[in-house]
Amino acid sequence: MKRVFISSVALSVLGLAPAFAQRKATIQNVPEIPFTTAPNFLKLPPGEYMGEAVAVATNSKGHVFVFHRSHNNRLFEFDRTGKFVKEIGSGFLGFEFAHSVRVDKDDNIWTVDEGSNMVTKFSPEGKVLMVIGRRPLAVLGVLPVAPQPPNRTAQKYEFCRPTDIGWDPQGNIFISDGYCNNRVVKYDKDGRFVAQAGSEKAGSALGEFNLPHGLQVDLQGNVWVADRTNNRYQVLDNNLKPIREITDVGVGWTVCVSGGPHQYVFFSNSNPNGNMPGTWDITGEIYKAELDGKVLGRFGRPGKAAPGFQVVHMIDCRNPNEIIVGEIESWRAQKLILKAPSGNSGAQ
Amino acid sequence: MNITLHILTVTLSGGLLAASALAQNSAPEIKFDSVPNAIQLPAGVYLGEVAGVATNSKGDIFVYTRTGHPTVTIGTMRPFAHGSSRMFQFDRTGKYVREIGKDTYGFMTAAQVRVDPADNIWAVDEMSNMVMKFDPEGRVAMLLGRKAEAEFIPPRTPGGDGAGQPTDLFNRPTDVAWDAGGNIFVADGAGNARIAKFDKDGKFVKSWGKRGTGPGEFANVLSIAVDAQGNVYAGDGGNRRIQVFDNNGVFKTAFSNFGNAQAMCITKGANPVLYVSNSNPWNDIDVAGEIYRMRPDGTVLGKFGRAGRLLKEFGAVNSIDCRSESTLFVGELANLRVQKLVLH
Repeated sequence: MKRVFISSVALSVLGLAPAFAQRKATIQNVPEIPFTTAPNFLKLPPGEYMGEAVAVATNSKGHVFVFHRSHNNRLFEFDRTGKFVKEIGSGFLGFEFAHSVRVDKDDNIWTVDEGSNMVTKFSPEGKVLMVIGRRPLAVLGVLPVAPQPPNRTAQKYEFCRPTDIGWDPQGNIFISDGYCNNRVVKYDKDGRFVAQAGSEKAGSALGEFNLPHGLQVDLQGNVWVADRTNNRYQVLDNNLKPIREITDVGVGWTVCVSGGPHQYVFFSNSNPNGNMPGTWDITGEIYKAELDGKVLGRFGRPGKAAPGFQVVHMIDCRNPNEIIVGEIESWRAQKLILKAPSGNSGAQ
Repeated sequence: MNITLHILTVTLSGGLLAASALAQNSAPEIKFDSVPNAIQLPAGVYLGEVAGVATNSKGDIFVYTRTGHPTVTIGTMRPFAHGSSRMFQFDRTGKYVREIGKDTYGFMTAAQVRVDPADNIWAVDEMSNMVMKFDPEGRVAMLLGRKAEAEFIPPRTPGGDGAGQPTDLFNRPTDVAWDAGGNIFVADGAGNARIAKFDKDGKFVKSWGKRGTGPGEFANVLSIAVDAQGNVYAGDGGNRRIQVFDNNGVFKTAFSNFGNAQAMCITKGANPVLYVSNSNPWNDIDVAGEIYRMRPDGTVLGKFGRAGRLLKEFGAVNSIDCRSESTLFVGELANLRVQKLVLH
């Protein structure tokens, strides 16, 4: 494979995400869900800063984990009141460019990092228990910025900028992979490959993906995938056979399935990075729905100041009435307290 | 599924292939255990890929690990590369003692660590292309090779040209060993395909080997060991064989039927034993992974382990320490850990 030196000019171009068309959600007459926000509920120690808060999750005790893009990528733990508890994984090999953090039913903390291609399982105390995928060796150099080589055939245990992770009640592991592969992979609880849907190639048929960007698994073992560039969500069964798609709630940035016993699902039609005049008027809202697809309501809109959202990248909804959103461009996580829906929004 | 296919292959193919496959499969299984929490890391210290693990005469454990975060800075129109590997020392109980060589110039992509008979610690680095000798106190005692002034990204000769480079500079060296007289043998390695010999003072003596499949040629040299008589065992991973040379590089014999010899260790004593890892590729835990116990003539005595992520399973073993014949330390790239194995 040809590799070339990346100039600093090329790197700075790479740093600017291209603007892309944002689709307005087509669903009509969705009730507005009123909410209040606690934008500064996470208290950082003096001198510490949050970077792009792309990933946020809670454990069973209500502790909040934020995996964010800072000078180094860092994973912070806060208690349920927002008090800083500790940092996990400082200097760890698998932290290069954060994308997701999720907590499993045993309170293990899993990070998905699309700069190292590594998925890491940390114990509740922060000890590394398992890794899947590998960070390419520095000695092998870097790939050219352009032209990009064609994607390698997707491998069982190798990711290409993976994005998110979930588990079924049996502990099987599901990973969305990702920006250069376009698939969902299933592993057993010991990290052995079971199956995949999609491949290294992007596609738009059911069971194919174009940037699978978020993933969650419900208590029936069904897999919910935010299929971002296809502007939809897909639901797969436990063996990764597609069940249905959801196409009317905007672009598929991220998806969250709440805790039980009555589970809800949240979809985010996040405003993109790179906005045209008017983009804020048609994007940025989050939808709350039943697992059968019935949309119950919507809330939120873009804005730099809270309660505005600046590109919601991930949602924690362990408690469906008290959710936490991690935002890319405002470097923060907001806690949102949702009220009962109050009639029709008459929205855009 | 795999087993069925394998048997089918053996049944259908004739002659040598079937014979060697059967020899491998019929090797007795050695019972073993992995000691949980064999080493204890302080809070906030994480292992990366464990390229090397070795013990000294006191039982102290040295781990050379690829911790990541290589940094490239720009100066005078050139990129300069720094860091991304660390070495840690633990005592015989696995308690953390200290870090050696923190931020040192030559720690970039760890390849191996070995301890010589005088308890000096030798680090082999495949990105700085250096072999670094630290005395038992952790001070730099001798340096072989030199880090490139500026780092071309990618390297100018990615993967190396496999030439039998006739100088004392390396291209992705992988391992180091010594004979009884203190002569130094460097496996060089993944870029070059040769063995370089230095005297005990670090003076370059000679080198042999180039890329190829014939006797004295290598696909790569992934591991190296020297026995009490001074014979040199070279793990020719890509050709899936071990080649044996005399002390001056004259080819003596070769043997195979154990996989890729990514890691190798020979015990001391009158009846030495060779441990050889048929390491799984980092991106596949459904093949290979077992470690062989052999006589130095290549006779397989037994095997143990398989690829995987649990204790007693291996993820791309890159290093074996066999100071004790029945208690081994293995360093794994893919599982970011050291396992202490007790063989029964």
